[in-house]
Amino acid sequence: MVAGGAAAGRSARTLPGVQLWPGVQPWPGVRPGWSRTVEVPSTAACDRPGTVHRWHVLDNGPELQARGVEPAGTLLCVHGNPTWSYLWRSLLAAATDAPASHDSASHDAASHDAAPWRVVAVDQLDMGFSARTGTFRRLADRVGDLGDLTAALGLARRGDPRPVVTVGHDWGGIISLGWALRHREPLAGVVLANTAVHPAGFSLPPALRLALHPAVHGWGTTTTPAFLRVTHALARPALAPAVRAAFMAPYLTPARRAGVGNFVADIPAGPGHPSWPALEEISSGVRTLDVPALLLWGPQDPVFSDRYLRDLLDRLPHADVHRFEGAGHLLPEDRDIASPVLRWLGSTAGSAPPAESAPPAELPVPAGTPEAAGAPGAGTEAEAAPYRALTAELEERRADRTPAIVDMAPLGLARRGTSRGPDPRTLSWAELAADVGALARGLASAGVRPGDRVSLLVPPGIELTTLIYACLRLGAVAVLADAGLGRAGLGRAIIGAGPAWLVGIDRALAGARLLGWPGARISVGPVSGARRRALGVRHTVPELLSAGRRLTAGRDPDPLPAPEPDAEAAVLFTSGSTGPAKGVSYTHRRLAAMRDTLKATYGLQAGSALVAGFAPFALLGPALGATSVTPDMDVTAPRTLTATALARAVAAVDATAVFASPAALANVLATAGDLDSAGRAALGRVSLLLSAGAPIPEPLLARVQELVPRASLHTPYGMTEALPVTDIDLPGIREAGTGNGVCVGTPVAGARVRVLPLSAAGVPGSVPTAGADITGEIVVAAPHVKERYDRLWITQQESASLPGWHRTGDVGHFDAEGRLWVEGRLGHLLTTPEGIRTPVAAEHAAASAPGAGRAAVVGVGPAGTQAAVAVVEAVPPVRRAGPAEPGLAARVRAAVAAGTGIRLAAVLVVPGLPTDIRHNSKVDRTALAGWASRVLAGERAGSP
Amino acid sequence: MSAPRTVLVTGASGLLGSAVAALLAGRGHVVRTFQRRPSPAPGTTHVPGSLTDPQAVARAVQGSDAVVHLAAKVSFTGDWNDFAATNIHGTAGLLKAARAAGVRDFVQVSSPSVAHFGSAIAGAPAGRADPARARGHYARSKAAAELLALAEDGPGFRVAAVRPHIVWGPGDTQLVERVLSRARAGRLPLLDRGAALIDTTYLDNAAEAVVRTLERMEHTRGQAVVVTNGEPRPVGELLAGICTAAGVRPPAWSVPGWLARGAGTAIEHAWTAAGRRGWVHDEPPMTRFLAEQLSTAHWFDQRRTRELLDWTPALGIDDGLRRLAEHYQGAR
Repeated sequence: MVAGGAAAGRSARTLPGVQLWPGVQPWPGVRPGWSRTVEVPSTAACDRPGTVHRWHVLDNGPELQARGVEPAGTLLCVHGNPTWSYLWRSLLAAATDAPASHDSASHDAASHDAAPWRVVAVDQLDMGFSARTGTFRRLADRVGDLGDLTAALGLARRGDPRPVVTVGHDWGGIISLGWALRHREPLAGVVLANTAVHPAGFSLPPALRLALHPAVHGWGTTTTPAFLRVTHALARPALAPAVRAAFMAPYLTPARRAGVGNFVADIPAGPGHPSWPALEEISSGVRTLDVPALLLWGPQDPVFSDRYLRDLLDRLPHADVHRFEGAGHLLPEDRDIASPVLRWLGSTAGSAPPAESAPPAELPVPAGTPEAAGAPGAGTEAEAAPYRALTAELEERRADRTPAIVDMAPLGLARRGTSRGPDPRTLSWAELAADVGALARGLASAGVRPGDRVSLLVPPGIELTTLIYACLRLGAVAVLADAGLGRAGLGRAIIGAGPAWLVGIDRALAGARLLGWPGARISVGPVSGARRRALGVRHTVPELLSAGRRLTAGRDPDPLPAPEPDAEAAVLFTSGSTGPAKGVSYTHRRLAAMRDTLKATYGLQAGSALVAGFAPFALLGPALGATSVTPDMDVTAPRTLTATALARAVAAVDATAVFASPAALANVLATAGDLDSAGRAALGRVSLLLSAGAPIPEPLLARVQELVPRASLHTPYGMTEALPVTDIDLPGIREAGTGNGVCVGTPVAGARVRVLPLSAAGVPGSVPTAGADITGEIVVAAPHVKERYDRLWITQQESASLPGWHRTGDVGHFDAEGRLWVEGRLGHLLTTPEGIRTPVAAEHAAASAPGAGRAAVVGVGPAGTQAAVAVVEAVPPVRRAGPAEPGLAARVRAAVAAGTGIRLAAVLVVPGLPTDIRHNSKVDRTALAGWASRVLAGERAGSP
Repeated sequence: MSAPRTVLVTGASGLLGSAVAALLAGRGHVVRTFQRRPSPAPGTTHVPGSLTDPQAVARAVQGSDAVVHLAAKVSFTGDWNDFAATNIHGTAGLLKAARAAGVRDFVQVSSPSVAHFGSAIAGAPAGRADPARARGHYARSKAAAELLALAEDGPGFRVAAVRPHIVWGPGDTQLVERVLSRARAGRLPLLDRGAALIDTTYLDNAAEAVVRTLERMEHTRGQAVVVTNGEPRPVGELLAGICTAAGVRPPAWSVPGWLARGAGTAIEHAWTAAGRRGWVHDEPPMTRFLAEQLSTAHWFDQRRTRELLDWTPALGIDDGLRRLAEHYQGAR
């Protein structure tokens, strides 16, 4: 029964299929002493009574004991098919080396307590280097086997206070959960990576269906190592040859691969399968687990795709989740999961509650700063305004017949290019309130529950506004992924957020169908029968509106319960200029605080009217009680806003406020010549103009001022995670002049802003300061800061590592007048031999050189000895990227040296700097630095 | 400033050697120079001779407190035996003679190419010399010589190696004059549009750094330091700067680096073969080594160098180019 091989010895030993000689390490990353075997009496029904199996495990227990370290608990790690315990070696190493609590006295705010844990990573029977039993072991057997092993190891003994946390990958996930359900007493948490537990409507992924096909199964899994090879090839990046060899080591012959084939054959594809009852028992039992859970996912998994993550989240709604964008099935190979798992263990599962940590001491605010002087709007910690629902204004205006929304280019009409423009459509407050109420009820009748995520792929206008407020009213979560993310980014965002419902225009629905985006599909407009079937549309907004109206007609039905203030309200997305766009989750309370901040900062009173050329703020119009006008423009391209379209929008409701992005304003200026006198007059009545989304150069703003002579021109600084943070107006910009970075003014109402000073190596400290001329990472505390990053547990932990503060990842400083200057991104610091340098001021200086346009300044070479390089758009533009001609190089070099003291090693020219789609302004300097390094190393690098 | 000593400088007829000799003499040291032709450095005594002549070497080191060893066979081409004779055996003989004569300090002037194996170097530390992997006879022989020299470091006999990287300045025949003559003849292409980032060393800075290596022997002994201006520039910009300083039209045409590297190998072989037959007497227009030098990055981490030598370059690249321009204006 038990496959051959001597017991684990001190020196030479033999395990089936592999020879271990002293000093020879055939498994990279596995330390001597971890590998051991255990004789385990079996209780499995498929074994004869009295059977003993020899298990192979990787166990750091002896090493911890030798070091005299008492572990915080045990991680029981269960691999899937066709891997083995080798998959968990990084976890063993990190858990062994974590500092014991008594010697972790000094830790900065960025690191949680990670304590040593014992890790027992098993090789399941018939797998890895455990025994080949000659039996067909099914799911129920395997769950029991694991219990037999832990009993033999003395883990999870009754009365033993030491916690156990299960860790499972692939089919090891469900087996580990099966064990967890039977060992609740010691169970302190579950960690799962790329797995599945869902039997209802369970449809096997195509790749597995093929592997199960009788024609393929035996050949693919057992006779040949094809299944192993394919699985190993899923690693991103590819496995090192030695690592691949280690994964292959236990499965070198068909006889040793029998377990691999049986494992695949035991996948319960339907209710008739022998393992179906066991699967169903576990998957329904999971709902009863109330221990902390951590779900780690590689979304690029052809087998365990995001739908299984969504299913798990449905069963474990309290779970912490991190999706590693770009990683795949072999997640523990693709990414570092060990550090986050240990950090998570330290913060939640199984460890004693952390010592009461006092908020970090803060350097005193120097006298003379607005905050110290208690200047209004300068971020004194005022009493938080009482919570008022975002839909409250709507409720109060149920009888108001004045316009709430004016859509200058309603859906379905020609959007641009006509000289007259399309006819505007207007919705009064009363109509909007009625529609929002009816649609909320209609959505509910269609099955949308509070807390359900609803992806809204609808351009700004009446429909989008109605949908958003209907979701807010119902308590459904509006997922607002916009076309500004780009096609690929949009798909990643939607799949990542995993909406249960997807409302879209035709094009979006077609995309959702084609690309398999999640969410039951709802069309925003009416669709014909054939098209409806083709798009897989379940409902349409007009139908839901009618249904809702019928439900409310003539009588006052039970009102929909109001959502909890701290329930999730919306998911927005970062622009994705540096890596994939991140989902950002807001609660009702935090969105309401955003509304209150805007109101207080810009004096936007109920009854005012604004032109909504910048989405995030514009959507708050109905919450503010302000009439909002959507101008006639292609919202996916801000540059399509013309002066005439803006003037028409202003004139339509006598708007006094205009929200627009710098790119839109640039085009307004470019088309200002087309304005007629009425248009000019309309713009002349604007009293507030807000340029948001990206920094705007002073000369551009000055020209805008000529167009709106009576307007106060403001530009807020903020990010998707905190909108806005600071504000500055045109006179303020002029007064600030030039300096190290971009002056973004003073904190908005209710916001506290500080910096975490940088060390010599460019690492932020943990004591916030507002002291003058200290460069550091900008941190914000405000009631309108995001609740959390969505399904990015690691990112969230990092951004909130300083309790009460959001770390922005931006770097800047305060000046003596208390104004904030933004100098660049933390990830874009230059670490030169002369010290840390920030890029923004150098970029402005470079752009000021004759012959240079927009510029980015990056560091190339190893940290600490980087060479500074300017990458500029030449004027006139060049066709090919490469070194600047010596004259231009000398001018740029001189300008940067004079402006910042930075000595540039090289000046490169490009036809255009790569920027984000949404704002056309944010440069991924990290990617650009990589390109510049290749060019300057003498490689052929093309254009960035 | 250290107390006056008697210092022997070998190879002091060359650009860097004479600058080092002059600098040492200017600081009050008794400077003797050893090479075939007299050194132009003022205030120095010439001991004529060749490194390959043991008796001449023994004469030269007699009475010296310190040796700064710059003499070497420098060329892109040539027979390995010639390189080995001068650079390896010559250095070995000098080390032996110096030790025998009671010399206390020995500065081996080496080259970053001893640790350059053909791939790009971006902000790298000096690295260990490796005769097996260095590219070309010169670099291989210098690598072997550096290892020999550093192995001699011990009580009573301190040895340090200093590797100035691409030294140039007024009067330079190795780089500046070659660049100019090629540019004048229209035979100076840029490789890959001259994008490769390279470090160079202005002459005065290099001489100062060599002297600092001797003066800071208690810190530098047993080590090899790379010396540069710490101002990497794209090679095209440097070549243009040199040409402009001399009033020569800068190179305006570019060939792909891979092509030049391939062609360099072929031309080098052809030229060496032709040279053996007495058909050509100059250096080939392109060699693989040169093509690599001109088309791949090589710039260095100078932090440790500056700390060990307690030194920073007094003159920047642009200062150097101005001096070069003044030199050529004076000559015109």
